Amino acid sequence: MNLVLRETALAFRRAPLLSALSITTIGFSLFVFGLFGLVAVNIERAIGSVAERVEVVAYLKRGTPIETLALAQADIEAFPEVARVEHVTEAQALARARRDLTEFQDIFQDLEVNPLPASFDVRLKPPFRDAAHVAEVARRLQAFAFVDDVRYGQDWVEKLDRLRDIAGAVGSAVGAAFALVAIIIIGTTIRMAVLQRSREIAIMRLVGATDTFIRLPFLVEGLVKGLLGGLVALGLSAGAWALVNQALLRSSFFTPAQAAIGVVAGGLLGLAGSALSVGRHLRSV
Amino acid sequence: MIKFTGVTRDYPKTGAALKNASFHIKKGEFAFITGHSGAGKSTALRLIYLADRPTEGEVRVSGFATARMAAGDIPRLRRRLGIVFQDFQLLEDRTAEENVAFTLEVTGARRTTIGPRVMRVLTQVGLAGKAGQYPRELSGGEQQRVAIARALVNDPVVLLADEPTGNLDERATRGIFQLLRDINASGTAVLMATHDLDMVRSLPSAHLIELQGGEVVYDSEGDAPAMEETP
Ligand SMILES: Nc1ncnc2c1ncn2[C@@H]1O[C@H](COP(=O)(O)OP(=O)(O)OP(=O)(O)O)[C@@H](O)[C@H]1O
Ligand SMILES: [Mg+2]
Repeated sequence: MNLVLRETALAFRRAPLLSALSITTIGFSLFVFGLFGLVAVNIERAIGSVAERVEVVAYLKRGTPIETLALAQADIEAFPEVARVEHVTEAQALARARRDLTEFQDIFQDLEVNPLPASFDVRLKPPFRDAAHVAEVARRLQAFAFVDDVRYGQDWVEKLDRLRDIAGAVGSAVGAAFALVAIIIIGTTIRMAVLQRSREIAIMRLVGATDTFIRLPFLVEGLVKGLLGGLVALGLSAGAWALVNQALLRSSFFTPAQAAIGVVAGGLLGLAGSALSVGRHLRSV
Repeated sequence: MIKFTGVTRDYPKTGAALKNASFHIKKGEFAFITGHSGAGKSTALRLIYLADRPTEGEVRVSGFATARMAAGDIPRLRRRLGIVFQDFQLLEDRTAEENVAFTLEVTGARRTTIGPRVMRVLTQVGLAGKAGQYPRELSGGEQQRVAIARALVNDPVVLLADEPTGNLDERATRGIFQLLRDINASGTAVLMATHDLDMVRSLPSAHLIELQGGEVVYDSEGDAPAMEETP
């Protein structure tokens, strides 16, 4: 192990300029990836705050006994998708309407009987705030005998879904493209390293070094370059984010966990690039 | 210890480099493989250290049946062999000492044992005083001594030498030949490919195998009853 690390360090010392160059190039390609990541993070956050308001409202028939409702509320709260059920009584509905709809205040003021029905306002847990789950919950609510009607913003729940899909697809495509770029760059630098050391490799083989032993320094080199490239990309992303934040709009940055995953992903790309390259080029020396 | 049985190595373009060759080199022997250029000497050696595989027949080396050997087992075989070439194959950016130590490092020897073992073999080949010099600072004969030291440092059962004196003048050639005989005298088998007939004649007690166009045309021990030996 010691020797492997020494060999890796040697590889960097032998070609410092080339190493720095490849790390920077990987850094920049991962940076582009990071920018899209930042956009994705912010879109996801925006979607999340909208999605928080996804609510299924079940209007209740007048005169339903309160005990029935209490039992049903407990049942509904036990749905796996459901985060919270709020029972809004007729009086509460009216008070809310008076508060929220100030233009119609007069009308609500003069009412003799309350025209507004009571309702269960059902909020879903974050992973279930999409069209399919919302519709499913609505269907199950409709099945209760005391439920008159179920409403949810079907339209915009579906739009939200589509927005998520598009963001996901664009993100995956861009991510895959730049991951490929990083793999190719690492593969190329490892290829040069293999060719540069072809004599050494030939002699290693001759004296009985195992294939694993011959490969390991190159794999470690790829891993280290990928990790360093990931750190460069993280630094560039942080810089870009700071600029945007100052000049344009408030946005959020990666969480520490996301940043760590990004850097580790850089390392894994480096490992993949060198593994592919080393396998192919060792055979030819 | 090394046994060829009906070994053929066909190359698609150039034809058979070795044709139905059978011979047996025993433990501790000094053996020559001779023949004109293109006779198949290097091919025979390459089959022994598994840089190449026979198209037909069987090569047994030190108890390993090489035909059925997985690629992953080749290093285990090579660690029991010492290999020396005409062009030395030293690493230019390492000193004599480092070139020899390289073998031990890459085969996972314990670090503390490396220094003493390297010095022991460098002393054996007469280069203890030049351990710190780079290949470019050594004569051809001295470089070949470094290569031999490197081949010896893992205590091989046989030293394979492919025209080890091919690039050397007469004086250096005699020195290297003497060194190989000394190594053989201390128990290591030596198998040397050469077309230097003077050298062959100077050691009449050696096992001599002559190749011509890939066929064994003479084997000084060929008629002796083939005795099976334990590896
Ligand atoms: N990799 C190869 N591909 C095709 N033909 C080859 C290959 N290696 C060797 N040969 C052929 O096999 C024959 C024997 O080659 P080999 O190198 O064993 O001869 P040699 O006895 O060592 O000759 P020399 O004394 O010149 O070193 C030659 O005719 C050569 O052309
Ligand atoms: Mg040859």
